[in-house]
Amino acid sequence: MSGKPKVAFYWCASCGGCEETVVDLNEDILKVVDAVDIVLWPVALDFKRRDIEAMADGEIAVSFINGAVRLSEQEEWVELLRHKSNLVVAFGSCAHLGGIPGLGNVANRELIFQRKYVAVPTADNPDEVFPSEAVTVDGTETEGPYDLDLPSFYDTVKTLDQSIDVDYYLPGCPPPSNLVWDAVTAILEGKLPEKGTVLAPNRTLCETCPRNETKPEELTISEFKRVATSTPDPEECFLAQGYICMGPATRSGCGERCISGNMPCRGCFGPPDGVVDQGTKILSAIASIIDSTDKQEIERITGAIADPLGTFYRFSLPGSLLGRTRMGG
Amino acid sequence: MSERDFEPRIIGFLCRWCSYPGADLAGTSRITYPPNLIPIRVMCSGRVDPTFVVKALADGADGVLIAGCHPPTDCHYQSGNIKAMRRYPLLMRMLDQFGIERERVRLEWISASEGPKFAHVVAEMREAIKPLGPLKTNGTFADVSFARERVPFNER
Repeated sequence: MSGKPKVAFYWCASCGGCEETVVDLNEDILKVVDAVDIVLWPVALDFKRRDIEAMADGEIAVSFINGAVRLSEQEEWVELLRHKSNLVVAFGSCAHLGGIPGLGNVANRELIFQRKYVAVPTADNPDEVFPSEAVTVDGTETEGPYDLDLPSFYDTVKTLDQSIDVDYYLPGCPPPSNLVWDAVTAILEGKLPEKGTVLAPNRTLCETCPRNETKPEELTISEFKRVATSTPDPEECFLAQGYICMGPATRSGCGERCISGNMPCRGCFGPPDGVVDQGTKILSAIASIIDSTDKQEIERITGAIADPLGTFYRFSLPGSLLGRTRMGG
Repeated sequence: MSERDFEPRIIGFLCRWCSYPGADLAGTSRITYPPNLIPIRVMCSGRVDPTFVVKALADGADGVLIAGCHPPTDCHYQSGNIKAMRRYPLLMRMLDQFGIERERVRLEWISASEGPKFAHVVAEMREAIKPLGPLKTNGTFADVSFARERVPFNER
């Protein structure tokens, strides 16, 4: 190995989209490879846990970890990487605030297993067999039996910083390549901001939205619409049209990719600095502009939002104030 | 803790123009009411961000009262109470999803002359929350374990 800084990429509860964004650096990835040694990247390169365990503490310059933490194995891996790394960057919405897997926090392990292994119409599981942590496989055809240990599945999905100490956050589902490139460059040049910084602009999406000009002076909503059942105008502010847009409570820096695709913001960048809870903040913003002063009518209008929790905390439930729903009183 | 011993801790966000003076009147009129409510004076019920309500619950409150001037015309800032009124039903539906009982969060209009009403609302809230027991949030809901049998890194 050369004297180049060592970099690790790891994934936990995630979809693989964050790996895509690294590949989306295109030719720039060659510059990254020129400047660093990649010591771990399960999606692309064959390194084992023992390779990392053999390293000295702090030997890895930076670990980029994507995905939320929901299995004991993921927790073991991130703890190992924390010990071996100088810097840890939470990469993407799931590591940052819990992301889509974090919506599992409306249930617990038992409910999720019941749904997944019994209740869904495609499940064929008459004996109700569930994954368990210690399994004996008979293996009579080989030299069994074997005792297998499987990772345990937590009741609650955690953000990366609920498991280990995190130095920086790269938000987004997935983070756009330009922010990844900026972060890599800043780390290589040693020009890093204060620990704990989210490596994206500290402004709301509304400020940088190309439709900002079309926002009326006094924004009101008299009816909520859904993109599933009607098509938004491609130029006008989504909120002015009655579509729930997370823009007012979401950090900018994404490049307005959804907006350009005629989809309202869903909030993957999380809130800007100073907002402790993205869900209650957008609830406040949206409910305040309902065009009614009548209690019943307000209830009727807001009743059209079928799933407030899932809509307002789509990417941030584990990292929110309450973190999860309450089970069994 | 048995239900009889449990005394709910209720945070009250009271507006500076109507409801806080209403609470004050309850005191100066020597009305007896349970001491479960911790008042926080805010400028307007419209200033009560739903974040405040959820933060109070997350940090250990068993209930939250939001109290402001009577709509439609009493608000010192003309429309602050209307904003509180618009947020409340959606917040309540979201708290339903979180598994937080409706009795724990209440929106009331209490004027500066309604000392008895303030006392009555606090007593009612206490009675409604007592049978529910403590919310036990402790940051997140403590009845669900975060991790099972985690082996610390250094002991593996």
